[in-house]
Order: sequence, then C-alpha cells, then structure tokens
Amino acid sequence: MFAFAVRRITQAIIVMLVIGLLGFSIKQKIGDPVRDIVGVSVSVAERDALREKLGLNDPFLTQYVRFIKNAVHGDLGMSFFFKRPTLEVILSKAPATLELVFASSLIIILLSIPLGIYTAINPRNLPSRIIMGGSIVGVSIPVFLTAIILIYIFAVELHWLPSYGRGETVNIWGWESGFLTLDGLRHLLLPSIALSSIMLPLFIRLIRSEMMETLETEYVKFAWAKGLSRWRIWFLHAFKNTLLPVITVGGVQLGILIAYTILTETVFQWQGMGFMFLEAVERSDTSLLVAYIIVVGALFVVVNTIVDIIYGLVNPTVRITGRK
Amino acid sequence: MGHLLEVKDLEVKFALRMGDLTAINGVSFTLDRGERLGLVGESGAGKSVTGFAIINLISKPGYISGGTVIFDGRDLTGLTGEGMRHIRGNLISMIFQDPMMTLNPVLTIGTQMVETLQAHMNISRKAAEKIALEKLRMVQIPSPEKRLQQYPHEFSGGMRQRIVVAIALLADPALIIADEPTTALDVTIQAEIMELLLELCESEGTGLILITHDLAVVSQVTQKIAVMYAGKVVEAGLTEDIIDNPLHPYTQGLIKALPDGRNPGTRLNQIPGVMPSLIDIPPGCSFHPRCTIRGDICRYESPVLREIPGYRNMAACHMLGLKKEPTEKDRAE
Ligand SMILES: Nc1ncnc2c1ncn2[C@@H]1O[C@H](COP(=O)(O)OP(=O)(O)OP(=O)(O)O)[C@@H](O)[C@H]1O
Ligand SMILES: [Mg+2]
Repeated sequence: MFAFAVRRITQAIIVMLVIGLLGFSIKQKIGDPVRDIVGVSVSVAERDALREKLGLNDPFLTQYVRFIKNAVHGDLGMSFFFKRPTLEVILSKAPATLELVFASSLIIILLSIPLGIYTAINPRNLPSRIIMGGSIVGVSIPVFLTAIILIYIFAVELHWLPSYGRGETVNIWGWESGFLTLDGLRHLLLPSIALSSIMLPLFIRLIRSEMMETLETEYVKFAWAKGLSRWRIWFLHAFKNTLLPVITVGGVQLGILIAYTILTETVFQWQGMGFMFLEAVERSDTSLLVAYIIVVGALFVVVNTIVDIIYGLVNPTVRITGRK
Repeated sequence: MGHLLEVKDLEVKFALRMGDLTAINGVSFTLDRGERLGLVGESGAGKSVTGFAIINLISKPGYISGGTVIFDGRDLTGLTGEGMRHIRGNLISMIFQDPMMTLNPVLTIGTQMVETLQAHMNISRKAAEKIALEKLRMVQIPSPEKRLQQYPHEFSGGMRQRIVVAIALLADPALIIADEPTTALDVTIQAEIMELLLELCESEGTGLILITHDLAVVSQVTQKIAVMYAGKVVEAGLTEDIIDNPLHPYTQGLIKALPDGRNPGTRLNQIPGVMPSLIDIPPGCSFHPRCTIRGDICRYESPVLREIPGYRNMAACHMLGLKKEPTEKDRAE
C-alpha cells in the first residue's frame, strides 16, 4: 500500500509539472506581467528596465523553473484586475465552488447507487425502464438548459427557491460556508441539482452495467447456492465488486464536474471560481486564468490520487502487491 | 424412510426470443442417504442444468416447466424464496467447476464461511469461525487460523477448491452436488481433491451427485450412474453394471472412448457425429442419427427409460430387449 501510494503521488507530481508547463506557456504567449504590475501608463524605457529586472528576458527553461519554484511557494503571479496575488483571489472563491461540487457529488452518490442497483436487479420492470429512459433525457440536456428550466419552475413560477447567489454564509476560519444556514442551503439546492444532472445519469448507467455484469459471475451464483439472503448478495457480494470499476471511472467524472461549475456558476451568479474564471476571460486577466488552470488541475489530480488510494483499500489485490 | 432425493420427470426450459428451448426433458433418478450418483454425458447434455434445477437455481431465461424434486419428503420445485434459501447451502450444497471464479475476490475466506453458517443458524461470529476452522482442517488446509483472514487470490487453485469443499460441508448437508469439481484443476491435483471429496462424503454420510464427463472418475467414486444425452437420461444403473455391461449404444460408445489402461497408446474410439443442439433435436430418439443399431421406429418415436428384461440397468432404447438382442459380437461383423 505504501509503495503504491508513493507511486501514485510521483505520478501526480509529474502531471502537475505538465499542467504547470501548459499554464506557463499560455502566460508566455499572451500574458504581460509588466502590465499586471504597473498597468499601461508607464514609458517604454521603464517597462524594458522592469522586464530585465523581472527576468523576463531569460531563456524559456530558466523562466519555467522559476515559475514552478514560485508556484510551489504559493506564488502564482498577480491579478491585473484585483491587484492582489492570484492564489489569494482564487482561494477566496474556492469555498463556494467546492461546496457546490460537494453537494452535487453527494446528490449523485446518494441517488445513483440505489437507482443503479435497483435497475440492475430489475432490468426489465416499468420503474427501471422509466429510470433508464429518464437518464437518456438527462444526459442529452445541457447543464445551462437544465439550470434555466429549474430556475423557471422553482424560482420564477413556484417561488419556492432563490434563483441566484449563495445567500447567507457563515465564516469559519476563513471559509465562507453556505452549509450552516437554512438560507445558504436553499440557495445551494438548485445549482447543485443542475450541476449533478449531467453526471447522475452517467453514474446510474455505469453502476447498473457493472452491477449487472457482477450479478452474472460465478461467485454471485455460488453465494445464492450458499443460501445467503438476497440483500447480502446484492449489497455485499455484488455491490462491493461493482464499486471497483465505479470508483475508477467515477473519480475522474467527479473531477470533470469542476469544469461544469463554470456554466452552473454563471447561470446562478454563484460567486465561485468558475464565475471568476469567466470574468477573468472577459477582462483578459491572464495571470488569474493561468492560476485557475493550475489550481483546478491540482484539485483534479488530488481527487484522482485520493480515489486511487481508496480503490486500493477496497481491492485486496492492490493492497497485497503494495505490501511487498 | 423414502429416498433422500427423488427427481421425477424433471423438465427445464429456457424462454428464448425464438421460443421455449427444452434443455431437460423428463429426467428421473433417485438417491438414498449417503449414496453417490454420477451424472455423466457429453458437453451440453444438461448435467449442470439438472444440478441447478434441484436447488431451483436456474439462471434467468430458464425455468422448471414440469416434474418434481422430492427432497426428504418435500417437493422443492414448489418452495418459495425463504423456504428454498434454507435448503441451499444448508441441506444441499453445491461445488462449482472453477475454484478461481467461485470465491468472491473482495471478501476474506473467513467472511465467506461465517456468512454461510449465519445464513442458516443463529450463531455468533466466534462460534461460526470455530466451525469454519474445523472444516478447514478436515479439507487439510494448513494453519487455518491465519487463512481465515486471507483473500481468495492468496490461495492456489487446489487450495481454493479445498476451501469450496469446506464451505459445502459447513452446515453438514445431506447432499452435495459437485459440478465437475476437478476439471479446472491441474491433473496432479484432480485426484487429490476427488479423493478428499469421496473420503469426506463417506465419513460424514453425505450424499453426492457428481457431475462429470469423466467415466473413469465416476467409476471410482459413485455407486450409481445416470447417463444423459440431449436433456434425457438414456441409461441408469449401478456403477459396475454401467461400466462393465453398458446397454445403451450411447453408453457403449462412451465406455469405448475411454483410454484403455491395459493397452496404452491405442487409438481412442470416439462416437461418430456430435450431440444435436437443443434447437434441432431430431424427432424420435435423439440419438438415432449417431446410432449403430437403430431401427425404423427410432426415427419417429422417442424411447422411454425402462427396465430391460434380463438386465439390472434401465435404458431408453427401442432396440434393446427385442427377440434378437444386438450384442457386441453382432455389431463387430
Ligand atoms: N442460460 C441459458 N440460455 C439458454 N440455453 C441454456 C442456458 N444454459 C444452458 N442452456 C442449454 O442447456 C443445455 C444444457 O446445458 P448444461 O450446462 O446443463 O450442459 P452440461 O451437460 O453441463 O455440459 P458441460 O459438460 O459443457 O458443462 C445446453 O445445451 C444449453 O444450450
Ligand atoms: Mg456443466
């Protein structure tokens, strides 16, 4: 397990270096750090002096190494618009996005597991057909459309739920949380449903197909022959084996969810990283864009590494090979 | 007391899109307490389906369409979910062919043994583990205490099949159905496992239905044999009678196809032709296209399993017991 974890973490670092290279190249091509620091109203000579001082005339590789070194120390450059370090800007927006992603993941996990298992056990009955039919409709509607439909029904027509913003938040140790107030939770509901709508059908289908395959195996048949109860066979024998592939694919998909927050946050005016990203695009705030890419990349890598390690914990084969 | 198991006119069909496919077409046999029966026949004859039908565990499109399975005086085909669950693994156990696939890869051996006991009796994990250890010792697993914590992939194929045998024995069943329990194993290990199974069935007084296409194995293990062909029993009788004096031309073919221990290296005699698939079973006797003694009646009338005058075996063949008995010598000419 330890060796396995070390290997996974090494891979994660390599991926981060590549993401860093990508971000740095974007910055080299279209960014202008001088503008980020002093703005546009400074003479050409002064700018050239500053360029030299900042090391912007050094070779590419030297600058890349410097970029990575700074990044490791938490310095991802200055935001032109906010006049603050980009990492600081992003971190102030991160709680909103992470809470949204967390709530969506929760909805996805809590719904897809029972629905996936149910439709696998009863592949042909009417409820299963409705669930599977609904899931096709679900994947084919884009997130922003789902969001608009939800807003129209629950906010505009029924007035049940608010349609934008995060509502009342509580600050605990610098984390702006909407989880702790009723108003915050009410605001969270529609965006998280909209965000989960794209992945939920995918997860139901994934769990269903993996579960159906597992139900056909010899060891499940043997479990029946041992006279175990159906619940134990479905939820322990079959589902535990279904989990392995679901964790692998599911981990990646939950990471991709972060990308969809850009759309969801924009529609719901949700003050998170995704909303910030679109604003940064409009303002050509290159440093902030690059910092966003790196932070989201890091998040993605961290999620995947954790998922892989959980996989190792569920799968005894991985645990043993790691022990050697 | 009646028979331990009496299978009568058992019929199993598979509901397929093109219509129902009859896989088992009127199979009957009996088994007494502690008795061992060999179910032999070519691949596709319906041996496994028969075995699963006894514990009402035919997989999906399949269903029991007729007949009865009387076990200990009760008809199992009429049992509902919970009643049947209490038979499986408790009174009747099964052993599958491939031990690499039979055990759940993500659960420890201990869990897979304890749950079997707990499914049938109110027993603590500790007490269940004690029984599990005892059974693991019976199948000669070394240091069983340590083994309980391990996962299936930490065992070799032979060891896994020993564990499966131990699981089958856990609740002291009256009957074990072993579906080709050694076919997936190394040749050297096959005999070991077979011997172990035989010993344990003898010492525990457990009945055994041994499904195999290896006549040599059944001749050493079982007291009775039922020969299956295309979903029917074509010959049944005591093991020595079937082996030494087979009546049905199909059984004779099977015996002739056995490698000859006395003259190794001689060519094996295969029965010409192949068993028909279930979709196009010929009318009449399903064996007649391959039969060397067929008569006209075989083409349109299906023979029933009956006593043959002058013999102890039962056989399903029109041409047996006629005035002129076709003998080995006749056919050689
Ligand atoms: N799920 C299924 N769907 C359709 N037909 C099936 C199914 N399972 C079994 N059958 C049919 O039942 C027949 C008997 O199969 P069975 O597995 O009992 O054969 P067998 O005698 O055990 O052969 P083998 O020696 O290969 O194990 C086969 O010819 C097959 O066509
Ligand atoms: Mg079989």
